[in-house]
Formats: sequence, C-alpha cells, structure tokens
Amino acid sequence: MIRILLAGQGGQGVLSAGRFLAESGLHEGKEVSYLPAYGPEMRGGTANCSVIISQEEIASPLCNVPDVLIAMNAPSFHKFAPRVKSGGIIIVNGSISDSYAGRDDVKVYDVPMNDLAMEAGDIRSANMIALGVLVAATSAVQEKSIVNCLHEKFVGKPHVCEVNEAAFRAGMSQAAKG
Amino acid sequence: MSKILLHGTEAICEGAIRNGCRAFFGYPITPQNEVPEYMSVKMPQIGGVFVQAESEVAAINMVYGAAGAGVRAMTSSSSPGVSLKQEGISYIACARIPCVVVNIMRAGPGLGGILPAQGDYFQATKGGGHGDYHLIVLAPCSVQEACDLTYRAFDLSDKYRVPAMILADGMIGQLMEPVELPPMRNLSEIPEKEWATSGHYGKDRRILNSLIIKPEELEPHVNELQKTYDAIYAAERRFEEYRTEDAEIVLTAYGTVARIVKSAVNELRRQGIKAGCIRPITLYPFPDDAYAKCASRACTKAFLSVELSLGQMIEDVRLAVNGKAPVYFYGRTGGNVPDESEIIAAAKDALHKAEAAR
Repeated sequence: MIRILLAGQGGQGVLSAGRFLAESGLHEGKEVSYLPAYGPEMRGGTANCSVIISQEEIASPLCNVPDVLIAMNAPSFHKFAPRVKSGGIIIVNGSISDSYAGRDDVKVYDVPMNDLAMEAGDIRSANMIALGVLVAATSAVQEKSIVNCLHEKFVGKPHVCEVNEAAFRAGMSQAAKG
Repeated sequence: MSKILLHGTEAICEGAIRNGCRAFFGYPITPQNEVPEYMSVKMPQIGGVFVQAESEVAAINMVYGAAGAGVRAMTSSSSPGVSLKQEGISYIACARIPCVVVNIMRAGPGLGGILPAQGDYFQATKGGGHGDYHLIVLAPCSVQEACDLTYRAFDLSDKYRVPAMILADGMIGQLMEPVELPPMRNLSEIPEKEWATSGHYGKDRRILNSLIIKPEELEPHVNELQKTYDAIYAAERRFEEYRTEDAEIVLTAYGTVARIVKSAVNELRRQGIKAGCIRPITLYPFPDDAYAKCASRACTKAFLSVELSLGQMIEDVRLAVNGKAPVYFYGRTGGNVPDESEIIAAAKDALHKAEAAR
C-alpha cells in the first residue's frame, strides 16, 4: 500500500494529477481511493488530495502520514513535510520552493518542475513532471498506465497529450538523476 | 462488468437512476452540490425531471407531490438544508409516501461549517420532524456502498411505504473510489403502486393526506405506522462486524469513520490488543442484536463508540449493550476527522478504564 499526498496552489493541477494516479491504479486492477481536501478555499488558495493505491482493501482513506509527498509550491512543502513517514519521499517543486525539509529521515527530490514543464512545452504540465518523478522513484503505478490515461483523457487534443507525455517522461529521467 | 472511478455524490445519483428514480428536486448547499449538478445533466437524458427549487422546503414538497403520484423521487441536501426539510418529511411519513432523502452531513449546529460531520444522527434516526414517525436510515462507508445503498433505499422505501434517508458524511461525498454500477433497471419491473394518485382513469378514488383530524382515526393510523416500523426492525437490520469473536474491546462507528476505526483495529491487533469493530449499515432500524451478541461474550470488556459528534449513536449502543459492559466514547466535531492514532489511544484508554472498574 502506498499513501500519496499531493499539494500545491489551486490551478497547478494537483487534483487532476491525483485523479490520473487513481485512474492508473484502477487500470492495473488495484484498489484505489482519491480524497480531495475541500474547505473554504478561494481562487489562488491551496489545494491538496490524498491518493492511496493498494493490493488489498483500503480501510481509512485518510493520508495523515503519507509515504510520499508531492509539494508543488513552498507553502505546501513546509506545511506537509513534517508529516511524511520516516523513510518516505518528498518531491518538491524546486522552481518555486526551497527544499530544506529540516529532517534527514526522508529522501527529498528537488525538481525544477516549472522549468522542466516549460521545456516540455507548457508550464501547465508541471504536475506531470511530478508524476514522472513519482513513478520512477516508487513504482506506485506503471509508466504505461499513466501514459494510457493521458491518451484516454486527451483523446481529442493530440498536442496537449504530447506535451504532457513529454513532461511525464522528463520527470522520470529527472528522478533517475536523483 | 468493469469498475469506474466515481465521486460518492455521483455514485449516489447512479444508484438512484439505475433503480428507477425519475424525479429530482434540490437546492444547492456544500458539500453535496455535485448531486444536483449530476442530476441536472442526467435526468433530462433519461426522460426524468430535474428542478432546482427555490428552497429546501419547496424541494421536499415537490418530492411529496411527485412521489405521491407514484414516481420514484429523491432530494438531497446537507445538514442545515435537511433541517429545513423536516416538516415536509414528517408530512410524507404520515401520508406513507416512499421517497429518498440524501443528507451529506456537514458540521453543525447552525449554519456550521462545510467539512464532514455526523451530528445529524439524532435528527435522522429519532424523527427529525414532529410526531411519531421514523425513516429507514442507511449509512454508506464507501463509494460503492453509496451507490448500492441508494439503489436499495428505493426498494425498501416502496416496500414499506416509509421514506428512506441516505445519511453520509462530507467525506463520502468527495471521495473517489472504483465502483461497479448495477445494471439499469427497466421501469416496467418496478411494482405498480396501488395507492398512488396517478390519475383517475377509471380507478377508484385515491387520497394521500397527512391531516387526520379525528382522534379515532389518527390513533389507528399512527398504530399502523408503528406496525410497519416493527416489521422493518424485524427484517431489515444490517451491520458488518470485524474480528469481534475474541475481542476485549469492541469499537463501533458508521460511515467513513468506520473505515478509520477498522484501520485502528488492525493496528491494535498488531500491538497485541484484541480489538474488533461493529459497523451499523442501517442506523434505523439499529442493529442492536450485533452489540447484544458481543456484550454477552465473557471476553468483551468494553465498547467504544467513535463518532464525528459529541455522542449520539452511543445512546443506541448503550441501549443495545444494556449495561452488560461499559460503553465509552471518542468523538471529534467542527469538521475535524480523527486519525488512527487518536482512536487507538482512545481504545487503550477505554480498555484500561474498564479493567480498572472490574
């Protein structure tokens, strides 16, 4: 079982990345749950969601102690970094955040998501950079499941699909660099 | 059939639609806005009716009218909105009209907050409106169950001519999980309602009314309602239990909280503490037999009711346990949801207190 917390600013694609992840897990025949945090948020506010992917039935859908944190901006990095399970992973958007977690029992991937996304063709694909790093670092789901989901989602928009896939693969190679 | 990923709110809608719901009346309120949103798209596609009413009061009375005419009808709201519907619900219960009311509970009292809560247990199970009546109250704990129980609610409600309520917390509304949808039921398979005011067409005159002004008529009517509730109690209590056979501490919760409790039970077992749990699926009728069975076992030292309230279901648990073991409580309110560690600590504390009292 892997518990993943995705957090960032509204508009960064945190919720859609979470749904891609859940859909991909479902396509692999695994148990999944996706719980978006909803609250009195306004535009430009914070967004986060919890995704659990498991071989067995998922009891609690909460992610108070995630195995992996994807933090797409500095406020969510600092808010959630202390909660990550010891031995867990933090993937942080180095383009707009520092990466000092204040603890050495987690592995931090400092990834310039915005810059890599712009290289891939669209800053809005920064969430796919994050998923690329996640898949390479954890095998939470398989590479092809995410790619299939992308093709399904953007079936009528081949260019958008291409950019997102490029971003996803850029994220994967970034993870390989450590 | 393959599973698809759905929100709890969407699953509720699909459960309704697939079991013949063809009229939806609602008024927006967080966290259940996805229900009317989904219905506003779906209903016109399947020849149903969708009305965004001018208020919750209007919506429940539209349900009264549509369901009285024999259509499977539903309304949905969240706590403050469901309070507004209570007068209509009492009328519908008195007139013996089947329908489904969905309450995606948020934190109260008052206008409260929009985050998950379970503070409407009393309102739902003890008769939130005036007079002697009950609803059939079903409490889903997963997106799959949100679909399945809504589907079943229409059949139960029709069978007994008692309105049914889906009582879910805000988490169920927002959660996405894989769901296997039941097949679409053909409307012709749904038994004809021989009491429905569906037009004269040569039939005998039918009247649906909740004003029964003569005491010699109202008392037998109310007694008749009670007989129905007794029949529901006898036949429809449902629960799920987990590792209770040798449990020293039996935890209990409904809805999403029950899943956190289940995780806590697993962790307690890992730590060598014999824990188990009971999850009521029907809140009315309350599955008291499940608790009585555990209470009669020598191994059971204590019960712990875990709720997103200040302690509501615990009253029914105490009645069911009937003094045979102490019943403790752990709850959070205001939209806060307890995590496993809080529940584990509360369970250990309860067990400790029970052992000290022996």
